[in-house]
Amino acid sequence: MAATVTSTATTTGKTWGGGNEPMGASYGKMMMWFFIVSDALTFSGFLAAYGFSRFKFIETWPIADEVFNHFPFMHGTDAPMYYVALMTFILIFSSVTMVLAVDAGHHLKKTKVAIYMLLTIVGGFIFLGSQAWEWKNFIKGEFGAVETKGGAILQFVRAGENGKYERVALAEFAAHLPTTRVDKVRSNGIWFEENAALPTYSVEEIQEGLKAHPEVLVRTEKIVKKHKEVLTREQSLARIADAVYVVEGANLVRNEYGHKLFANFFFFITGFHGFHVFSGVMINILIFFNVLLGTYEKRRSYEMVEKVGLYWHFVDLVWVFVFTFFYLV
Amino acid sequence: MAHSHESNTKRIWVVFGLLSLITIVEVAFGIVKPAFLHDSHLFQMNLLNWIFIILTIVKAYYIMWAFMHLEGEKSSLRWSIVAPLVFLIIYLVFILLIEGNYVFDVFHTSHYKWIF
Repeated sequence: MAATVTSTATTTGKTWGGGNEPMGASYGKMMMWFFIVSDALTFSGFLAAYGFSRFKFIETWPIADEVFNHFPFMHGTDAPMYYVALMTFILIFSSVTMVLAVDAGHHLKKTKVAIYMLLTIVGGFIFLGSQAWEWKNFIKGEFGAVETKGGAILQFVRAGENGKYERVALAEFAAHLPTTRVDKVRSNGIWFEENAALPTYSVEEIQEGLKAHPEVLVRTEKIVKKHKEVLTREQSLARIADAVYVVEGANLVRNEYGHKLFANFFFFITGFHGFHVFSGVMINILIFFNVLLGTYEKRRSYEMVEKVGLYWHFVDLVWVFVFTFFYLV
Repeated sequence: MAHSHESNTKRIWVVFGLLSLITIVEVAFGIVKPAFLHDSHLFQMNLLNWIFIILTIVKAYYIMWAFMHLEGEKSSLRWSIVAPLVFLIIYLVFILLIEGNYVFDVFHTSHYKWIF
């Protein structure tokens, strides 16, 4: 290696011989940074895997704007991106309050540190609540779909204004067929059979409903010129014969938005990130109490606030990338 | 700690403003998706996506340099953090996306629809 030396020594023995800080940072701070590097590589692995799966199915992957279009107290409005943009702002703002706490710590201003840390904790909780709300909407679903024998998802649309197609919910056109399935109880049942929860409609009800509503068309997953392909009426009636499941919302097996991996990756990556936010909030709470107790005043150093701040900023950084690759790109 | 912090709050708010501005721009592009960006390609990805990725890296730079205070650290520490991340992530993403593209082509053009 070339003979590059640090400013503190002329021989390597002095710099790396122990008893000082070769990289200019304390042990705790350096280790927090190295932990952050390892965790960043973990998340990069997850996001790279998401990219890999998405590229494999690039032609049929769900369009994010169509899936994430809810906003609180605005039920029924198509609001793509707004809510997740709000979540990004909340996390960025909590990062700002965190760095202001660190700054106050450098000036040994205990009350200021406490106030800013409290704001950061509140911001973290708001973010977690928002993410939970996103999950709830994602799991509940909006319009419903059917899954074919081959595992493809078929959604339903009708022609709307100015040439665009608007989504049609299953409830709007499903027929009601009398069912012969009966739930028996212990008094009149003979044998117990376990079965998965039934969807609200059966495949036959959807098929009959489609036949009875001539304006409803099938929309496939395939992306043609940046939009999902809509079949003609004849093609729709032919395709619906392949349906084997009614899919409402999302679980770990299938989802109404499209490819099975879409929901899997959404839950996995945002779940991992949410878990990191949660652990960050918990650690922040611990340090907040230590600030109040005067632990760092006694130590004459608020470096712990700085270290915990590094973790919090890392969590924000991961969100910035998750936001880009799940919602924007 | 050998740095003085007279008026760091000003820089913090400036960076916050910058990050908010970049986010607003990203979200606006994400909602509007102007056709001239969405339909043009560079290295097999449309320009809109390139803008998103570049803006995200700019945000990451500001968060790491200003908020995580890497700008005040020694360059050896900075490099020990940035260099592994950059080369490992770029390498992994490069090989995985090429592989994903290849698998898509096989699914799209051959009789294989699943494992091959």
